[in-house]
Amino acid sequence: MKSHVWRPLYVVIAIIAGLLLFREFYVPDTFGSGEYGFMYSYHNLENQEVWKNQPLKYQDTGKQKMHEYCGECHGDVVDIRTEDLHGIIPCENCHGPALEHPDEPELLVVNRERGVCLRCHTLLPYTTSERKRIPGINPNEHNVDEACVDCHDPHNPRLEDM
Amino acid sequence: MKRRDFLKNTIVAIAGASVPLSALEFIDPQEVLAANPDIHWAFLINTHTCVGCGFCVKACKTENDIPFEANVSRTWVERYVFTKDDRRYIDSPKAALYGFTDSKVDLGEHLGFKDIEPENVGKAFFVPKLCNHCEAPACTQVCPVGATYKTDDGIVLIDRSWCIGCGYCVMACPFGARFFHPVHNVVDKCTFCYHRITKDLETACVNACPFGARKMCNIRDINDPITKIILNDRVGVLKDEFGTKPQAFYIGLATEVR
Repeated sequence: MKSHVWRPLYVVIAIIAGLLLFREFYVPDTFGSGEYGFMYSYHNLENQEVWKNQPLKYQDTGKQKMHEYCGECHGDVVDIRTEDLHGIIPCENCHGPALEHPDEPELLVVNRERGVCLRCHTLLPYTTSERKRIPGINPNEHNVDEACVDCHDPHNPRLEDM
Repeated sequence: MKRRDFLKNTIVAIAGASVPLSALEFIDPQEVLAANPDIHWAFLINTHTCVGCGFCVKACKTENDIPFEANVSRTWVERYVFTKDDRRYIDSPKAALYGFTDSKVDLGEHLGFKDIEPENVGKAFFVPKLCNHCEAPACTQVCPVGATYKTDDGIVLIDRSWCIGCGYCVMACPFGARFFHPVHNVVDKCTFCYHRITKDLETACVNACPFGARKMCNIRDINDPITKIILNDRVGVLKDEFGTKPQAFYIGLATEVR
């Protein structure tokens, strides 16, 4: 073949070789792929530990655990709640994430805004949804400018106990 | 070459070429066992029990440090309203971070809000969404730098130190689960709360759901009650036709939900 073919070809080969060499030094040794192979999981294997070590904020107070964590100290309040109605709501939904409570923070800020209650208790006319089981109000008509917790006890929301 | 030979050779060549490579591969039992590790995470969403309170979105944003004011979220809840005059309205205001506190439907930035008469509502329901952690994820396949990947237990994660922010994965995801993190300036998405599930805790959203609409399980453990529901009940996945094999299963999925 003539030199006008070889010359640019040498350049291309040199560039590819250079890239491969650069890659060899630049990519850390910790790179590899797991079971899903090169196509789906070529990555820095150490990064999985980074995600595993993210800090926890919420403690385990979900529906399955039923406020075990909070019940150790606040048992009296938890007892009222776990009977029915609001007992299904994890404490941290309204009181915020427990973090390291009671060490840090010592006190959790209680959110008294109407918005917390309105998440479920806004009247939406959806008879085909589970929403129909929840009593609802129109936030623009029902005691506007007043906090729900001034009249209703969120831990025991039964109207006859009000 | 004679015509007869030519035809003969052509037939042999076509027959040979049509044998798939995989048919010639011998199955190694050890390889099959290795490809079946003990843990593979899956998600189960019951759209019947969701009431759209949005506590899951709030918990997710808090747990994973996604700014509340930024209009991006790792998980979100969609509201579907079908009216009796055959119109469909779908919205998810602020990803349902504060729930659905208005019966008016958000039509979009320039279109305002649509007030729907209560007697005109035919059916309405809520659908929580999140990353599906697909078995064949399109997003990890397109990453040019190996920054997003699938772990052996089935979670799709992003390496924040390697992501160059090219956005290929954001475009590749058929479910719109990916977005740019406004603080870290790299792509971010649901991790199934990898730091929680690897410590035997529930994800923040599963933990926060008062109605049990969100559940998680190890789909390899056939004694897990949630796995049994996925195996025995009638569940569906979103956008099956894309072939990414989503691992988030839905009970009560409507065809209009995509």
